[in-house]
Amino acid sequence: MTRRWFWPSFALPGVAWLVLLFLVPTYAVVAVAFGTVDPIFSQPVPVWNPLHWQFAGMRSVLAGLEPGHAFWTVFVRTFAYVALSLLGCLLIGYPVAYYLARHARRTKGLLLVLLVIPFWVSYLMRMLAWIGLLLPDGLVNKTLMDVGILSRPYGWLDGQASSVVLALIYGYVPYLILPLYATLDRIDRSVLEAGRDLGASPIRTFLHVTLPLSRHGILAASVLIALPMFGDYYTNDLISNSPRTSMIGNQINLFFQEGTQRTVGASLVIVLSVFLALLMSYYLWVTVRASAETKESLL
Amino acid sequence: MKGLRDWFANPWGQPRALGAITWLYMVWSIVPVGIAILFSFNDGRSRSVWQGFSTRWWWGDPNNSVLHDPSLRSAIEQSLRLAGLDMLIAVPLGVGLAIGLTRWRGYGARPVNYLMLFPLVTPEIVMAISLLLVFVLLYGIALGTEAQTLGQVTFSISYVVIIVRGRLLSIGPEYEEAARDLGASQLGALRLVLLPLLYPAIFAGFIVVFALSIDDFVVTQYMSSGQSTQTVPILIYGAARGATTPALNAVATVMVVATLLSVGLAYFVYRWSARAQPATSGNALNEIAALEM
Repeated sequence: MTRRWFWPSFALPGVAWLVLLFLVPTYAVVAVAFGTVDPIFSQPVPVWNPLHWQFAGMRSVLAGLEPGHAFWTVFVRTFAYVALSLLGCLLIGYPVAYYLARHARRTKGLLLVLLVIPFWVSYLMRMLAWIGLLLPDGLVNKTLMDVGILSRPYGWLDGQASSVVLALIYGYVPYLILPLYATLDRIDRSVLEAGRDLGASPIRTFLHVTLPLSRHGILAASVLIALPMFGDYYTNDLISNSPRTSMIGNQINLFFQEGTQRTVGASLVIVLSVFLALLMSYYLWVTVRASAETKESLL
Repeated sequence: MKGLRDWFANPWGQPRALGAITWLYMVWSIVPVGIAILFSFNDGRSRSVWQGFSTRWWWGDPNNSVLHDPSLRSAIEQSLRLAGLDMLIAVPLGVGLAIGLTRWRGYGARPVNYLMLFPLVTPEIVMAISLLLVFVLLYGIALGTEAQTLGQVTFSISYVVIIVRGRLLSIGPEYEEAARDLGASQLGALRLVLLPLLYPAIFAGFIVVFALSIDDFVVTQYMSSGQSTQTVPILIYGAARGATTPALNAVATVMVVATLLSVGLAYFVYRWSARAQPATSGNALNEIAALEM
C-alpha cells in the first residue's frame, strides 16, 4: 500500500527550498524593476502587487535600447562578442570533438581526461593564468618579440576587444566540445559506410551525412554556452576592465555593485532574461520539431 | 602520395591534420594553467618573468606566503567552509528530491521537474541579483556566510538531482518491489535496499557539489560581506590585475589540486562501485527538451 504522500514528502524540502530561494527571488527582481524608488535613501522599494506596478525604470531601459543610445551600444557589442566567441568555439571545438569521436583510438581515454580537466579547474584560475601570460613582460609578448612579430610589448590587457573574445573562447570551449562529442559519437557508423559505398568522397560524406546529423548537437551546445556568456562580466573585468569593451553583464553588475539605480538594473536583468528565454524557446522548438519528424518517419 | 591514396581508400584511417588540431587544443587548454602553477614557485615578485625556483610564496616568506598571510589563509578557509556547508545541505535535499520525483506519479511531479532544471540554465548573475534583492528587501537575511551558503545550495541541488536520478532510473523499481514482497515496510525497503544502491551516486553528488562550491564566483561574491567572507575566487578576481605576488598563484593552485584530487578520487570510487552502469549525460537543455516531449 503506497500512501499518497509517501513519495512527494521526500521531494518536499527540496521543492520548498527552490520555491523560496529560486522562484520568490525571481519574482523579487520583477517587483523591483516595476517598483518605486525611495526619494530620501534612493533605495528601491519593491511593488509586489502587479496592479500597482510603475514603469519608469523599464521605460528608461527601453529608451536606452533604441539605436544609438547607451544600452543599444552595449547590447550590440555583447552580441558581437558572443557571436564571434561562438564561431571561434565551433571552429576549434568541432574538429576536436570530431577527431575524438571518430578517429582517436588508443589515445581516446587520455584525450577524454585532458578534455575534462578544464571543467574542474576554477574558471577564475584559468583567467588568472592568461593574465600572467598576457602581461607586458609576459610570455606572449616575449615570444612575439623574439620571433620578430612585435617590436615592443602589446597591451593585451588594456581594453582590447580581441583579448576579451579570445578569453571567452578559452573559457567556454570545453563546455561546447563535450556535448558535441556526445552527439558525434552517437552517429551510426553504418550510415557513413553507406555514403562511402554509394560513391561519395569523404568530404561529401561529411557534408551530406555527418554535418546534417550533428546539426542539432551543434545548436544544443551553442545555446548551452551562449546562455552563460550573455551574463558573463568577470571575464571582461579581468581581461580588459575598460568601459570600451563593456558587455551587458558588466552593465548589470555596475548597477548592483555600486548600489545605485537598482530599479534600472533590475529592468535590465528582465530584458536580458526575456531575451535568453526566447533563445531557449527557439532551441526547444527546434528540438521538439526534430523529434516529431523522427517519429513520423518511423511510422 | 601513397599516404594520401591510402587515406582515401580507408576513410577510417588517421587524418593527421585533425589529430594535430586536437593535440594543439589540449596543449593550449592546459599549459597556461600549468605555467600559472609553475609561477607560484617563482623566486621573485613577478607573475610573468621567471627568476628561479623557490618555495617562498608557499611557506618561506614570513608575511606574504600562503602559510603566513592571514588574508590568503582566511580565503582558503572560507572556501572550504562554504564547500562543507553546501555539501551538507544540498546533497540530502537533492537526493530527497530525486527519489521523490522519480517515484512520485502525481500531477505535481511535472512542474517540479521544470522548476528543478531552471537554475541550471539561468545565468549566474541573474540568480545572484535575485537572491541579493530578496535577502535585502524581503527576508532580511544579512549578507555573509549564511547568505553565501543559501545561494550556493540553490544552484547545487539540481546537479545532485540529475546525478542521483540517472542512477535511480537505471536501477528501476524491481529491487524495492522484491523487498516489499518479502515483507519490508515502505521505509524499510527504501533504507535497506534503495539507499545502499544509491551510495555511489550520492558520493558523486558530494564531490560535484564540493567542486561547484569551490569554483563558484558570481553568487558567492554577491552574497559576501567584505574581507572576512572572501573566498579564493573572489580573492583572485580582486587581485589578478593588481600588483600581487605569486602567492596568489599558490592559493589558486591549492584549490586546483584540492578539486582535481577529489574528482579523481570520486571517479575511481564511482567506477569501482557502479561498474557496468551506463553514464548519464546531464545536459540541462536536453533534459528540458526531453520533458517537453
